Amino acid sequence: MFESKQVIVLGERDGIAGPAIAACVKSAGGNVAFTSTECFV
Amino acid sequence: MPDPVISAASAALVHVPGLARHGSKPSRELARNPELEAQFLGSLRTFEQAVAYAPHQAFLGACHPRELPERPWAGAAPNGEGRFAGVGELMPEDEFLGLLAAVDDFGLVRLGAEEAVAIAERLGRHPLAEHLDLEKVTAAGGDAEAVAAEPGALGLHLGADRLAGAVRRAHESDAALTADVFLENLAGKASATLALLRLLVDNGIDPASIEYVIGAGEEAIGDRYQRGGGNLAKSVAAAAGCSEASGADVKNFCAAPIPALVIASSLVAAGVFRRVAVVAGGSLPKVGMKFQGHLKHGLPVLEDVLGASALLVEADDGRSPRVRLDSVGRHPVAAGSSNPKIMEALAVAPLDRLGLGMLDIDDYATELHNPEITEPQGSGNVPERNYKTLAALAVRKGQLAREDIGDFVEQRGMPGFAPTQGHIASALCYVPHARARLIDGGARRVQLIAKGSLFLGRMSEQSDGMSVLLESNEAEG
Repeated sequence: MFESKQVIVLGERDGIAGPAIAACVKSAGGNVAFTSTECFV
Repeated sequence: MPDPVISAASAALVHVPGLARHGSKPSRELARNPELEAQFLGSLRTFEQAVAYAPHQAFLGACHPRELPERPWAGAAPNGEGRFAGVGELMPEDEFLGLLAAVDDFGLVRLGAEEAVAIAERLGRHPLAEHLDLEKVTAAGGDAEAVAAEPGALGLHLGADRLAGAVRRAHESDAALTADVFLENLAGKASATLALLRLLVDNGIDPASIEYVIGAGEEAIGDRYQRGGGNLAKSVAAAAGCSEASGADVKNFCAAPIPALVIASSLVAAGVFRRVAVVAGGSLPKVGMKFQGHLKHGLPVLEDVLGASALLVEADDGRSPRVRLDSVGRHPVAAGSSNPKIMEALAVAPLDRLGLGMLDIDDYATELHNPEITEPQGSGNVPERNYKTLAALAVRKGQLAREDIGDFVEQRGMPGFAPTQGHIASALCYVPHARARLIDGGARRVQLIAKGSLFLGRMSEQSDGMSVLLESNEAEG
């Protein structure tokens, strides 16, 4: 579903971390342009 | 080997609406948007409003977080609650400017001439007055406007617009000693000193009996050759009159207080030291961090306080809650960084090891950020999210029925009540409540779980955390 898409990944410490989302995006055919995990508290 | 216990705990808040503009977020956003600055300065709370704010009373220990009234909490009228409550106090801003001067060993904090006299008089009536160097406060008096205009200096305001002092840079070219960095560090020192003094004085503890102080605050002090290499703990020990103490800081982002507690307990258990204090001052950079969300929703700037805590670890006194060193949970590298995995490593694995189930824990304390602060900015209800994760793990282990998740969250969790001062909210803020409940029989076991966002330092994608069990002194080991 992400084929030929460039994806910016923002993860969250208490939710889903960036690398985990990025791995899903890649497995769905997307190209991860940027990955970061942030803490919002 | 003596069993370590937490024999005392204190909590302190400092209302700093005037300093809020020096929080990291406001300092960046307000400088480039005068309209936003005006809105910000027009949305600061009064001291009376800060005292009346129910989560602050819960933080000080006047009520348990589960006894908090229904939200909204903001907007409560002054209600007779006092600034001295529970195991601590909420200090007003003018007194705090005096405290900054009192613990400033290098004379960099300057106050206006009138303010210095007035604040010294006011602090002279404070219950901790005899422990404060009020001569330094008076000596700090001078021309605040002139100092604020010096190169690199930073103005110190009371409320929205009254310039009451200024802080000079600590070095003319060292980026680790600029006025804003120095102010952050000094605010951490001053608020930690307040919490430690409350701990000592309110519990009749001889400062000279403290042998070691571990700092678990967020500020990493130092100079350009060792930016985070300093030791705020010993400076706090000195400021609080702990003449026989040495100390060191433990850094681990917001998780630091629990490793600090575990290290303190280990030192006591090993017989290295008899009395070890853990202190954590407030984080000025985090003040006002979510102000845009608050203003957007017509709320006052709710992140206008510094939070500080202190606790004392010593050998079993037959009464105080024990720190179960065999219960320490760590977040190993291999666990990865998904929240369920982290919680499994921190909350579940240690209980499995001890043969305990998740329902054997009466209170879980983790990420107790006040949701009224986090939700307007889109960060959601952080503690509730974590409690649901814990409940889901209990269901997965067959220890909880799915339909009882809500009860688990309500009965073993609690509403977030701490200011968004990460290291304070992560679990440390619950220690006074845990002590009270474990001593009066309301609870037998409390698990403290703290997490830290290591990835923010850009050295690793990892996060980290640590947990530890506090147990009633009567409970079987």
